[in-house]
Amino acid sequence: MTFAFIRCAICRQNGGRFQGPPQTHVSRTEGTMFDNNLRGMIDDVKDGRMDRRAFVKRMIAVGLTAPMANQILAIGGVAMAQSPNPYKPTKRGGGGPLKLLWWQGPTLLNPHFATGTKDQDGSRIFYEPLASWDVDGHLNPILAAEIPSIQNGGLSADAKQVIWKLKPGVKWHDGKPVTADDLVFNWEYASDPATAAVSIETYSGLTVEKIDDLTIRITFKKPTPFWANAFVGAYGCVIPKHLFADYKGGKSREAPNNLKPVGTGPYKFVEFKPGDLIRGEINPDYHMANRPSFDTIEMKGGGDAVSAARAVIQTGEYDFAWNIQVEDEVLQRLEKGGKGKALFAVGGDIEFIAINFTDPNTEVDGERSSIKTKHPILSDPKVRQALALLVDRDSVKKAIYGRAGRTTANYLNGPEEFVSKNTKWEFSVEKASALLEQAGWKLGSDGIREKDGKKLKLLYQTSINGPRQKTQAIVKQACQKAGIDVELKSVVASVFFSSDVANPDTYAHFYADIEMFQIPMTQPDPALHMRRYHSRNIATKENKWQGPNFPRWANKEFDAAVDAADTETDPIKRADLYIKGNDLMWQDNVMIPVMHRLAVEASSNTLRPALSGWANQTDNLQDWYRET
Amino acid sequence: MSQYILRRLMIAIPSLLGISLVLFVVLALAPGDPFSELATNPNVPPEVQAALRAKFGLDDPIYLRYLHWIAAMAHGDWGFSFVSRVDVDTLILQRLPTTLYVVGSSQLLALLIAIPVGVYAATRPYSLFDQLANTFAFIGFSLPTFFTGILFILVFSVKLDWLPFVYTSVPGSGIPWLLEMVRQAIMPVMVLGLFQAASMTRFVRSAMLDVIRLDYVTTARAKGLGQAKVIVKHVMRNAMIPVVTLIALQMPAVFGGAIVTEQIFRIPGIGSLLISSILANDTPVVMAVTFVFACLVVLFNLIADVLYGWLDPRISFR
Repeated sequence: MTFAFIRCAICRQNGGRFQGPPQTHVSRTEGTMFDNNLRGMIDDVKDGRMDRRAFVKRMIAVGLTAPMANQILAIGGVAMAQSPNPYKPTKRGGGGPLKLLWWQGPTLLNPHFATGTKDQDGSRIFYEPLASWDVDGHLNPILAAEIPSIQNGGLSADAKQVIWKLKPGVKWHDGKPVTADDLVFNWEYASDPATAAVSIETYSGLTVEKIDDLTIRITFKKPTPFWANAFVGAYGCVIPKHLFADYKGGKSREAPNNLKPVGTGPYKFVEFKPGDLIRGEINPDYHMANRPSFDTIEMKGGGDAVSAARAVIQTGEYDFAWNIQVEDEVLQRLEKGGKGKALFAVGGDIEFIAINFTDPNTEVDGERSSIKTKHPILSDPKVRQALALLVDRDSVKKAIYGRAGRTTANYLNGPEEFVSKNTKWEFSVEKASALLEQAGWKLGSDGIREKDGKKLKLLYQTSINGPRQKTQAIVKQACQKAGIDVELKSVVASVFFSSDVANPDTYAHFYADIEMFQIPMTQPDPALHMRRYHSRNIATKENKWQGPNFPRWANKEFDAAVDAADTETDPIKRADLYIKGNDLMWQDNVMIPVMHRLAVEASSNTLRPALSGWANQTDNLQDWYRET
Repeated sequence: MSQYILRRLMIAIPSLLGISLVLFVVLALAPGDPFSELATNPNVPPEVQAALRAKFGLDDPIYLRYLHWIAAMAHGDWGFSFVSRVDVDTLILQRLPTTLYVVGSSQLLALLIAIPVGVYAATRPYSLFDQLANTFAFIGFSLPTFFTGILFILVFSVKLDWLPFVYTSVPGSGIPWLLEMVRQAIMPVMVLGLFQAASMTRFVRSAMLDVIRLDYVTTARAKGLGQAKVIVKHVMRNAMIPVVTLIALQMPAVFGGAIVTEQIFRIPGIGSLLISSILANDTPVVMAVTFVFACLVVLFNLIADVLYGWLDPRISFR
């Protein structure tokens, strides 16, 4: 069905000025009835005749999902619900200390330099963005007075402009007011290449201008359907102009406040030791009522994940531990006598096995896995299909990930509206063997298949990491049964993920037949996640292996879908394009999904952290409290 | 004497230069990248990672990077950490007090156990006390600290719930603060101290046994001196010469921290700084810590040599 009603709704909102491409106004017959109903329903919500919750429920009933339904409402002219997390305390402070354990301690506190999530988490205690992502992947206003929507004039219909309004009266920890100048400055600061900010991409391709003291306008160079990137989430944290203005560009490293954050957050800075400890105290002038609940905060770094889980779940020395990627069996054992429990947050992180479409063993112009070559074995779709049949995802889940994983056939696993329902997976050695047989790979005397005198032998690489080596073993075993000889290789993580041009063992060089790792989805939008595999992004020697398309997969249909989605402003159509992209990847077996991984955290039984799989753990820190 | 010290210091310069060159080359050849964390973050395009590498000079040839480093070092500029963008000396100074406190107390504990036990055991060789001391010493240095550390945690934190196993800097002051600082240091100090004490006891005992049989000791006893006086004044003074070497060579470790134990108990010392910097490929920090370590080894060797002269006047400096 098409969702022409969205366009029409926009036309109404803008007094019919909207000039959409004519075909978008043509509804397919099966959609018409639904469209009319839907339009009525949106009006009902707008006039308050229908509860938005009921609307969302109905949308779910017809196969849409909650975030999608909310987006329909937003573009249909209903302001996004302010969906605050449940919060019980009725006064500010009094909650005692909050003790967090990050087994990799934050090493810096400037959000624009935050290399890893640990640094983003540390900075986020003191700095805040305009909005953050809540559990369902909705925007939750923090410094913003409201979430921009078409109805409140914050969004333009052509998806090229966003107007953000700051909450009035917000003060920096040093008492100076937060103004639009600060926001404009953050854009200038981060987008200046000399600053060497890691957030540079978030702030490029757009301009930010001040409308008045509390309002800014973001103008994108091209239509940007996913507008909530700059000033939102981890890289959206705003630093004060009055303290950083002298340290923009080449002098960025010298700013004294890189180590002494002065932000707007719920806690004020007390002490910071890189890699070890952050200490903060309650901000008595915090801009949200009754928040925060805790009087002091401590974020301790160092150690390892298992002992961090132990300190929270078993001994209760700490209230919360981050990123507990520990085998579920261990967690369950700790939970038995426990003072705490493991929490799981659903996001879109995917652990997969990627297939090399080029030949890793032939060198062309000083480069192996060159796009000028074709993989001698894996370019046959039947072999790839057989491989996909040999990944026993149920066993991997049972033996390794447990509650922290979900089996999936899709590369793209969230938010809900982008998840394809057209795909399926199965594990079958028989079917895989039959496919290989069809492809001309006959069983040899040693149990390994061969074709034209060549053995069916694959090199399978990944980073050194307990669960990954176990997964390798499970896959290898199944492959052996089907007559594939799999050689396993594991590379130290710091090498595997490095961008070192000279090192042949990085995931991007991909000098192996198949490789496995995880790509996290850091925001509830698939654009970045999918754009990777556009054929213009293939990793080559020429681009110093910086092209993110490491499987070196080229598919014109996929390219077209991703390109179209980049500028598609109709959310339903856009979601359809990404689903199409996912399905193409599935058909071609570019990636064999191993596990849809959930974020795992350890929390004391009394703590009520506000977590979201779509955000960093501290992104909704102001809403944390302790149940008494 | 002062000439001797001066000469030794002059000799130390080329050897330190050699050490720094080897360290730098090894680190430069080691694979990895301080910005590898950015690689799988789809928000950060690879160009950003490449730009950072270029900005921090990681793409320059090794010899150029070494010359830059040595020139800066000569000016007292230790460089800055790629990971935290903080000056390296600040980072090290921040970590030093904790390491001195924890590792220093464990060395002190080791000495307090090893010297009396070793000396007493040597005076009564093969007695029950000696047998017991030997057995415990063997057990002590056969068990690695990562094992005893975890064992201690299981017993004293998980089962008995007496001691915390996460070491953190406690805010505040006064007696309760002091008690808390002591309480949380008990386990790591015990783990490190007992391990050190075990091997040192064996060492003190055998050094004592070597001396106790010598004729001059018999002479001293024949003069009618009491047992305590013979042992302390005559035997121990000579037996301590090798022990002093051992202790002097241990001293750099007091500054260098204890990598494994610091990791287990999350002690924010130099050892954990070193290991996290190695894992993050943070070359300037690794360079600085290892280089300081090398300087300390050279320095304490010199101190040990000078102490010999004081302990045994027959040794002269030329």
